[in-house]
Amino acid sequence: MTGGSQTIYFRNKPRVMSGYSIVGPKEAEGPLDPYFHKRLRKDDFGQKSFEKAECKLHMSAISGAIIAAGLTPADVDLNIGGDLLNQIITSSFSARELDIPFIGMYSACSTFGQSLIVGAALIDGGYIRRAACSTSSHFSTAERQYRFPLELGTQMTPTSQWTVTGAGCTLLGEKGNIFIESATVGKVVDFGITDANNMGAAMAPAAAKTVVTHLKDTGRDPTYYDYIVTGDLGIYGSRLFLELLESDGIKAASIHKDCGQMIFDKKQRCPQGGSGAGCSSVVFNSYFLHHLLAGAIKRMLLVPTGALLSKLSSLQGESIPGIANAVVFERED
Amino acid sequence: MLSRSEYIKLDQKLSPKSKEIQTLIFAFLVGGLICCIGQAIADLVKMGMPNAEEKVIAQIDSVAMIFLGSFLTGLGLYDNIGKYAGAGSIIPITGFANSVVSPAMEYRSEGVVFGVMCKMFVIAGPIIVSGVTASIGIGLIYWFVGLFQ
Repeated sequence: MTGGSQTIYFRNKPRVMSGYSIVGPKEAEGPLDPYFHKRLRKDDFGQKSFEKAECKLHMSAISGAIIAAGLTPADVDLNIGGDLLNQIITSSFSARELDIPFIGMYSACSTFGQSLIVGAALIDGGYIRRAACSTSSHFSTAERQYRFPLELGTQMTPTSQWTVTGAGCTLLGEKGNIFIESATVGKVVDFGITDANNMGAAMAPAAAKTVVTHLKDTGRDPTYYDYIVTGDLGIYGSRLFLELLESDGIKAASIHKDCGQMIFDKKQRCPQGGSGAGCSSVVFNSYFLHHLLAGAIKRMLLVPTGALLSKLSSLQGESIPGIANAVVFERED
Repeated sequence: MLSRSEYIKLDQKLSPKSKEIQTLIFAFLVGGLICCIGQAIADLVKMGMPNAEEKVIAQIDSVAMIFLGSFLTGLGLYDNIGKYAGAGSIIPITGFANSVVSPAMEYRSEGVVFGVMCKMFVIAGPIIVSGVTASIGIGLIYWFVGLFQ
């Protein structure tokens, strides 16, 4: 790639025009509540099914971001979106309503990173002017697809994470003082974790490899960034991530944050924190974008992480491959 | 960076473990309570129908417990009990009721036939299959032993 083995530099500085986040009631009870743009009182969002509710969440995030930028859907060239459901029905069904050209994305919980990279590259190359990069997840739809019915009386294992109910959208375009400076596209990494309830451990090697490669490609020290933010490694996955970096001689514990770890409180009984395609996008578009705009954060590396498993692959005993894409946000004063 | 095998070892060493004592105590207490409720219902039935056979009382008792499990599932309470009690609320017959009613509720959105009817036994199915298979096996042994008596 142009910026080293896996890194791209965006010379024309694709900018963040706006961001929007909408979350479910449990997320609104968490510590990031003041930063979210909208909170649901009930997680069915007044819809007949949870799938419909997630779709409405996704749509609300996209229209929220467009309105926040003072634009209309006709001003947006492309919606690049993804989610966790089979055949990414949430994103495509919400695009059905929006009347914006659509590219569907999937790399599990790292979809937000992938969408940002594709959006930034298309803008940087001059092919489009503006792109709405969106992702969503919903606890109740993910639970039934990957695990058990909601009312089944099972216990969460100590390494499991709680799928975030929420959607986030970042509108990229030509205006704003936050821009995407570069990005590192991750490789699919599998260190042989087979427990589908231990996704933090399955994704940590992918995140560590992407960060190591990014730092090598750019010749930067971790301290170049105010924060290195992983997507949804959770408390335990973050610990493994930092151990892996340490084994490569990189110390990043003081500047590392994890969206999954941040979104829930310990009291909320989510063993390792949050996860899901919506996790990194709601946390970035609320907390981090707020601090970037306020100038409290000048440079950050966002590394959404994804576990590329399906229910079928876990039943067939396959181990869980992970992926992580890194995106650099910088503030221009 | 660590190799695959080193990483698996690290994961085994660091991964958080279940709080065994706490979960065992909860499972014991809740499982025990469910059994006590079952026994109480059986005793009450016996008081009401002094001439009834043991077998009939046991059947009425099971039906009552299945109803309770299903009812609490329908109210959305059984999963909350399960979060704390684990196997304590899965193993009794109320847990079996929960495993049938919860998918039936969950997949209602996919229609009556392909949703409720098809998915009703996704969790309880294996238990029924192994129960039937085991009873055939035991039956065969019983029959075979009988031949030599």
